[in-house]
Amino acid sequence: MAGHATQQIDASTLWGGKISPFSTSYGKLMMWFFLVSDALTFGGLLVAYGFTRHDAQDAWPIGEETFNSMPFLGHGYPLLYVALMTFILIVSSVTMVLAVEAGHRLDKKGVIKWMIATIIGGFFFVGSQAWEWSHFIHGSEFGKVELADGSQAIVKGHFGELENFIVVEAGKHHKKGDVITEDLMHDYQHAVEKGNINDGIITLHDGSKAKVNKKADEHMMLIIKKDGKSHKVGDKIEGKAACDQYYEAINSGQSGRIIYGANLKQNEYGPQQYGQFFFFITGFHGFHVFSGVVINIIILLGVIAGTYHKRGHYEMVEKTGLYWHFVDLVWVFVFTFFYLI
Amino acid sequence: MERDDIIEYSLNHDAQGNVIPLHDEEAGKGIRSKILKVTLLLTIITVAEVGMGAFIKQGTSIWPIVKWSFVVMTLVKAAYIVLVFMHLGDEKKSMKYVILVPYILFILYLIFIALTEALAVGHSWFTYG
Repeated sequence: MAGHATQQIDASTLWGGKISPFSTSYGKLMMWFFLVSDALTFGGLLVAYGFTRHDAQDAWPIGEETFNSMPFLGHGYPLLYVALMTFILIVSSVTMVLAVEAGHRLDKKGVIKWMIATIIGGFFFVGSQAWEWSHFIHGSEFGKVELADGSQAIVKGHFGELENFIVVEAGKHHKKGDVITEDLMHDYQHAVEKGNINDGIITLHDGSKAKVNKKADEHMMLIIKKDGKSHKVGDKIEGKAACDQYYEAINSGQSGRIIYGANLKQNEYGPQQYGQFFFFITGFHGFHVFSGVVINIIILLGVIAGTYHKRGHYEMVEKTGLYWHFVDLVWVFVFTFFYLI
Repeated sequence: MERDDIIEYSLNHDAQGNVIPLHDEEAGKGIRSKILKVTLLLTIITVAEVGMGAFIKQGTSIWPIVKWSFVVMTLVKAAYIVLVFMHLGDEKKSMKYVILVPYILFILYLIFIALTEALAVGHSWFTYG
């Protein structure tokens, strides 16, 4: 493929020292050296992740439990979304290698076609990651619950829809008897986190109190993630017992019993460091993808302008291709060590 | 003056000084079919990984085998990406080794030392924490 590696090199392309190490060009070799150093960075990050996971005391989140949602479809699709993201990135890597191949044939139209496809794939990946982050930050409808015995559990099942809040005690904005139907989920989760729900009565922002009307949850299951007095990690609580214990926490009026989503201090999925590594590693990788898309666009403009055709070779496409494949390569490892294992 | 900074690798010229492509349409066909095969392989491995990840629970008795097969499949995928997509397999042997050997040695050492240390730290938390 890179058949030029074994070709005779003419005098005009030799490096300054009148020799060409490894029969390759200066630019390509330096790109490789950069990629090795970048790979060391990612290697260091993933090893640090492994270190933290090995010395963590609490149960580490399991990929298929944490990432089981699809846009528009809801829950119950373990790992499918991230598999889709992986596939998008692999396909865009393939279109990139096809662009490089077209470049070897000096086929300008082919290079343009495949590079555009690559850029579209890159945008799709970055967009998918934005959705994934948003989902990770906002969290599930149930959140993570601290049970009465001090154990912590994640919650699976179908969340019964919130119908409305009926005001029973007036506040600054709401009168007694008002029926509130907007922004229910946001107000509800906010009140739960602050411990502003007592026996089905929610205290709203303006100080008014309202009765929560909510459909029943179905198939609820609590999976214990942190030992308590009576539950051990890995225990599963189902059915009515699950509901009772979960709503004991909801209606306790204590703050911090339920956590929704993730930020840098806490998250509903597992130990604090888990969220931090998620944001840093996938964020750093996503930033690489974004840079790759920008670089690809710049090179594409060069291709369209005919710069490389005049030069007689498309080595710039090869070099940006190396970077793009590297981004795919990193994702292969992030996918395995963050989502699968 | 001739710009020597933009002429990055050898161009083949015929007697009239026309540029000859690095490979022709005929060779391109073979290369594209190789790319297609590698794509299929990467896709199949990814599907297998997701299937195993979704259906085999952590903590079951075959999980350790699954876990290690994830690592092996990842390394296979990585090897195909680096050697075929990034063309490292077509470069000179000396260049391959310059890129791969230092990296692999360093990472193996880092994994070994970090995980050993992590287990020791975890153990002391467990014992004295």
